[in-house]
Amino acid sequence: MTKPSNTTGFKKLLPGLILVALFFLAAVLSYLWTPYEVDSIDIKNRMALPNMQHWFGTDHFGRDIFSMLMVGARTSIAVAFIAVGIGVIVGVPLGLCAAAWQGRWLDELIMRSNDLIFAFPALLIAIMITAVFGPGAVNAIIAIGIFNIPVFARLTRSGAMALWAREYILAARVAGKNTVQISVEHILPNILNLLIVQATIQFSLGILAEAALSYVGLGAQPPVPSWGRMLADSQTLISIAPHLALFPGLVIVLTVLGLNLLGDGLRDWMDPQLRRQRS
Amino acid sequence: MLKSFRLILFSLLMLSGVTAFAAKSGITIGMQLEPPNLDPTGGAAAAIDEVVYANIFEGLTRFASDGSIQPALAKGWSVENEGKKYVFQLQENVQFHDGTAFTADDVKFSIERAQAEESTNAQKGLFENIAGVEVLDDSTVVVNLTNPDGNLPFNLAWGDAIIVAVESIENAKTAPVGTGPFVFNNWVQGDRINLKRNENYWGEPAKLESVTFKFISEPTAAFAAMMAGDVDAFPVYPAPENLPQLEADPRFSVVLGSTEGETILSINNKSEKLSDRKVRKAIAHAIDRSALIEGAMFGYGTPIGTHFAPHHPAYVDLTANSNYDPELSKSLLKEAGVGNLELSLKLPPPAYARRGGEIIASQLRSVGIETKIENLEWAQWLEQVFKGKDFDLTIVSHTEPMDIGIYVKPDYYFQYENAELQGVMETLKSESDDEKRTELLQQAQNIIANDYVNGFLFQLAKTGVANSKIQGLWENAPTQANDLTAVFWAE
Repeated sequence: MTKPSNTTGFKKLLPGLILVALFFLAAVLSYLWTPYEVDSIDIKNRMALPNMQHWFGTDHFGRDIFSMLMVGARTSIAVAFIAVGIGVIVGVPLGLCAAAWQGRWLDELIMRSNDLIFAFPALLIAIMITAVFGPGAVNAIIAIGIFNIPVFARLTRSGAMALWAREYILAARVAGKNTVQISVEHILPNILNLLIVQATIQFSLGILAEAALSYVGLGAQPPVPSWGRMLADSQTLISIAPHLALFPGLVIVLTVLGLNLLGDGLRDWMDPQLRRQRS
Repeated sequence: MLKSFRLILFSLLMLSGVTAFAAKSGITIGMQLEPPNLDPTGGAAAAIDEVVYANIFEGLTRFASDGSIQPALAKGWSVENEGKKYVFQLQENVQFHDGTAFTADDVKFSIERAQAEESTNAQKGLFENIAGVEVLDDSTVVVNLTNPDGNLPFNLAWGDAIIVAVESIENAKTAPVGTGPFVFNNWVQGDRINLKRNENYWGEPAKLESVTFKFISEPTAAFAAMMAGDVDAFPVYPAPENLPQLEADPRFSVVLGSTEGETILSINNKSEKLSDRKVRKAIAHAIDRSALIEGAMFGYGTPIGTHFAPHHPAYVDLTANSNYDPELSKSLLKEAGVGNLELSLKLPPPAYARRGGEIIASQLRSVGIETKIENLEWAQWLEQVFKGKDFDLTIVSHTEPMDIGIYVKPDYYFQYENAELQGVMETLKSESDDEKRTELLQQAQNIIANDYVNGFLFQLAKTGVANSKIQGLWENAPTQANDLTAVFWAE
């Protein structure tokens, strides 16, 4: 039983890993080298089809689309990574607290505030924040980050609650460890796999959210390239130069697909191990 | 079974045939912006005039498509007392849409209302020179001026100077009542405004039975609506990149005309770094207009070198004064002693601003000026830039006709002040000799061009797209209007 599930997990893991690695590589490489400067406008050369000089063609200002996508990957990663980071750093301790003092007022307070944030659609919160504090990458990060908090808090709480009933926790308590120590030393390491899988999925959602915010003009501001804005800019040009929308669209799809495959693969891959550990 | 099926098919064919052959009597006009209200005497928004001007409301005089001034509610007029007294003979038997009669009293009321202290008229300057209005009889009215002014018929043709009635002015914002060939029918906020033909119109009645203005802010949606036939005409089509495609389609005709829209890179003249003429000159020389027009407008637009419409007889071509010369820009910046100039560039939604802004930012960067682009919605732009004057640079098209007068208002958003120009414009006010007026206007154009008040970019082209069967739409836009009086469907 364990063996086939292991291989299917790997089948998803590998393509996911490759896609995500490519995407990270492009972003890192863009710091050192891009085929062209992303802010050099060359009107005469605009909307060129993919060719040897410009692998993905040029946009409506004559900028190299390949270079813009590379730099755009940087923006996407930065926004999504920090946003997930906010969610983990704030959400996980909150979830641990809620589980440790389960049923008490602290648990209620944390979980009901989470419900409050959860009640609003993520994009709506993001639009509200950027409308109040002005558009920009930093505000997009905060907006997406806030939405990530309840996701991690809930997951941590439910994962931790199942563990609190276990005997080895009781043993730790008998050994004289207090609630905080148990949470950090015994609960957290045992729910880490859950968190890693969720973080991967949230990462892909973060990239989508960043693209959506940039698309409506609330993400990173020009001239910083961003995938979402590239899509928005090419919208009216789709009938004359479809490749302007095709490449950013494709990159977003592949990245999100890669991250989802990676998340799924990781879950399948970690799950049997976990079972073996428990037994 | 088969028989009944055939019958159904036949009747369906008949039905579709009937609808296809009946002459269309209504029209749907696409507009990018929805008006905030429908009172042209109380707000500056161009969209108000684009709905009501010449359709619902009329003035004593009016603009024609070629920019000439034609009589409207005034049959004719005579000038007396060396240009200080205008006697207007009014049209008789004219009724407002609510049935009340139009008389000389309405003219007096409208002008005095616009002049009043508490008036929110956006163009109060048009009435500044009017000393008083006298009613001689029901159809004769006298307008007395402080200084002689040959331009009064032009001033009274503006949408801000239309004639309203004391009985109906209270609700003009939501239910306008005028004398025009169309009557306001209903307004579905956020979607459309519908007008119906005025069956009791005093002049030649409109050919269309009904008119719908549909508001489509997204250029992509505008293209889709045009292709699907949801709108019949888009007088100011928002996406120039689609024009070649629409032009190639036999269903549509694309008409290029002139507008009064001077598109400029407005410079905050009171901003610390930009109060220096050398810095402004450096900015002007850093801009490559042809790349800008090509890149932002896909070639639709005429370069300008000052704040004046190129199709106006008094226009002087001053583009050479601020030609593209990045080397000169760099040396000017060095001379001015400003290192690491970083300026804010706030952009409203239209494509000319958003796209133009990115191009200008790149051109400024190559001479060493960094810009921080901020994309704003219109409401934010009006609040921050227009009212708050919190900006360094912005791009906007000034679509009012003959609006060089904004350069003598020191509290206007770009905050320019120049005594010499104020003198010229003051003399212009009382000058009625055409040749001397032209001379003064050219002097004024030269002053603002040489002072590099703003970056003068291009004159917006009127890119109108319409179903090719529609006739009678305005080719040019001498004022912000969609005059539908003479529009009809040709078969």
